[in-house]
Amino acid sequence: MSARTLFEKVWSAHEVVPETPEAPAVLYVDLHLVHEVTSPQAFSVLRERALPVRRPDRTLATMDHSTPTQSDQVFGRAPIRVDAAAQQVRQLERNAAEFGVELFALTDERRGIVHVIGPELGVTQPGATIVCGDSHTSTHGAFGALAFGIGSTEVGHVLATQCLLQRKPKTLAVEVEGALRPGVTAKDLILAIIGRLGVSGGTGHVIEYRGSTIRALSMDERMTVCNMSIEAGARAGMIAPDETTFAYLADRPRAPRGAARDEALARWRALGSDAGARFDARLDLDAAALEPMITYGTNPGMVVPITGAVPGADGDAVHRKALEYMGFHPGEAMIGKPVDVVFIGSCTNGRLEDLEAAARILKGRRVAKGVQLLIVPGSQRVKQQAEASGIADVLRAAGADWRESGCSMCLGMNGDTVARGAYAVSTSNRNFEGRQGVGARTLLASPLTAAAAAVTGRIADPREMI
Amino acid sequence: MQAFTRLRSRTAVIDSTNVDTDQIIPARFLTTTTKEGLGRQLFADWRYLPDGSPNPSFVLNDPRYRDVQILVAGRNFGCGSSREHAPWALVDFGIRAVISTEIADIFRSNALKNGLLPVVVDEAHARWLIEHPGAEVEIDLMTRTLSLPDGERVEFAIEPFARHCLLHGVDELGFLLSQRAAIERYEAARPW
Repeated sequence: MSARTLFEKVWSAHEVVPETPEAPAVLYVDLHLVHEVTSPQAFSVLRERALPVRRPDRTLATMDHSTPTQSDQVFGRAPIRVDAAAQQVRQLERNAAEFGVELFALTDERRGIVHVIGPELGVTQPGATIVCGDSHTSTHGAFGALAFGIGSTEVGHVLATQCLLQRKPKTLAVEVEGALRPGVTAKDLILAIIGRLGVSGGTGHVIEYRGSTIRALSMDERMTVCNMSIEAGARAGMIAPDETTFAYLADRPRAPRGAARDEALARWRALGSDAGARFDARLDLDAAALEPMITYGTNPGMVVPITGAVPGADGDAVHRKALEYMGFHPGEAMIGKPVDVVFIGSCTNGRLEDLEAAARILKGRRVAKGVQLLIVPGSQRVKQQAEASGIADVLRAAGADWRESGCSMCLGMNGDTVARGAYAVSTSNRNFEGRQGVGARTLLASPLTAAAAAVTGRIADPREMI
Repeated sequence: MQAFTRLRSRTAVIDSTNVDTDQIIPARFLTTTTKEGLGRQLFADWRYLPDGSPNPSFVLNDPRYRDVQILVAGRNFGCGSSREHAPWALVDFGIRAVISTEIADIFRSNALKNGLLPVVVDEAHARWLIEHPGAEVEIDLMTRTLSLPDGERVEFAIEPFARHCLLHGVDELGFLLSQRAAIERYEAARPW
């Protein structure tokens, strides 16, 4: 057999019916993750057509997007402030009960952002196909899974048939070599990649992140990289599983154990792209040349090294409009720009290593006067771990507002929003207009850069503070 | 799903690249549990001023474009979130086709499932359309052509199965359900 890529191996192992010129492939889904915002309409379709969930055992539901992060609202001591969100939460409880789907409800200690809990439970596994009604499902590709976001109609398809109709995408190899310098993180790496590819450079492709830099990343870091594949237009990003992956999965509650693990390991070890496997496109990047990165505009591709300046518009009306929205002018240095809000969390940077990174800067320091620092762990388990290890104490002592887990200020559905015109340095994934609140101005950066901004009240180079 | 065969309409133009789904419908409106009525919130932050009144400079508030069914936009329309609320809002407003040089993957997939036709054309024709808002054009899905006011016919590509579903107003779920035997065989044959 000819040399195959990681993607091709996972794809072909899940073809129930291969594609033809007339029809897309019927692709089998190993794991379907469900949350409260994009599933209600899908369950309604099942109800209308009197269909059951075909494989409840391959379906897992949680609540994250619109859920409150304040403890009293989470644990029922106060009503959920956003009424429509409360209704979505209740609707998912009803749907899960009626269709027999396992649900990590609001007070469950296993609850969290859907892309954080899948890996930490060990249900995210190499070689699997994983879908969810959320574009950041690409996160799970860090384990060598083929994982991508789908719409609500497709959520219904998977609930009813455990399958999707899909055309086979192309492949894009992103080859990264060299060691990241101190203070330069996985977030900076993926922002630099998006800066190079542009926000539609990956459209129609599945990315495989490769090279010595990627191999050296931890699982938390790999998830940060794969998470933002969609910001380059790619529905999925993958990394070949290796010893780092297998070690991460070793003691996870739902990962295979004993003989099942040995059998799985044999399968997982064969997944990596074969030598000589061909990709449709390729991008090379030198990791050693990278600096901490920060966005200055209204999409994640509008990004510069933190020591850089706001680029000129060159007659580009869209660029000019973005700068107008941000209140920035060409030539201005990024360092020193004032900051009102700092948000550390999200499926991009809400895992334990991200909080540890923030704590490195915040330890023994205080949040600058007038700056709000909101830290929202990616899951209840991350929260509990940070509290047990003392990290949470460091963050709180610095003046952080420490919350229950959820998507929170990444998209502001739950009322955690940034005020009109205010500047937020955010570890999340999207700096679109209004993403964090109507008129909010978002600058995407790493947890180190975010923490440095919280302490100084300005955009600051985190390398000078670690 | 409403069938799509032929559509004749004037166009409204949003001359902006990378129009993301957070612009098409902001996240705070995703707390609904149905698909209906989202047209009111279509492009909410561009369409309405902070006091809630219509923004007179936004194209869809211009009486000349209120009834258009075709939207023309810059490259990479529909990027970002997978929210199907974006096509739901467009269709609820009355839009049945979006023309651009590039349409983001998940949005395109969602649009096709809701009778909203994504039409990808080359840079030159897109430029012409952007520079001529209100042009009356016709989209024929049967022949996969976009006809411009001067009679020029521009062919566009569309995935054949999605085209079949659109032409007949049928959804994919019926086809997937008909694959039951194959799905059962697949599940039985898998060693893990």
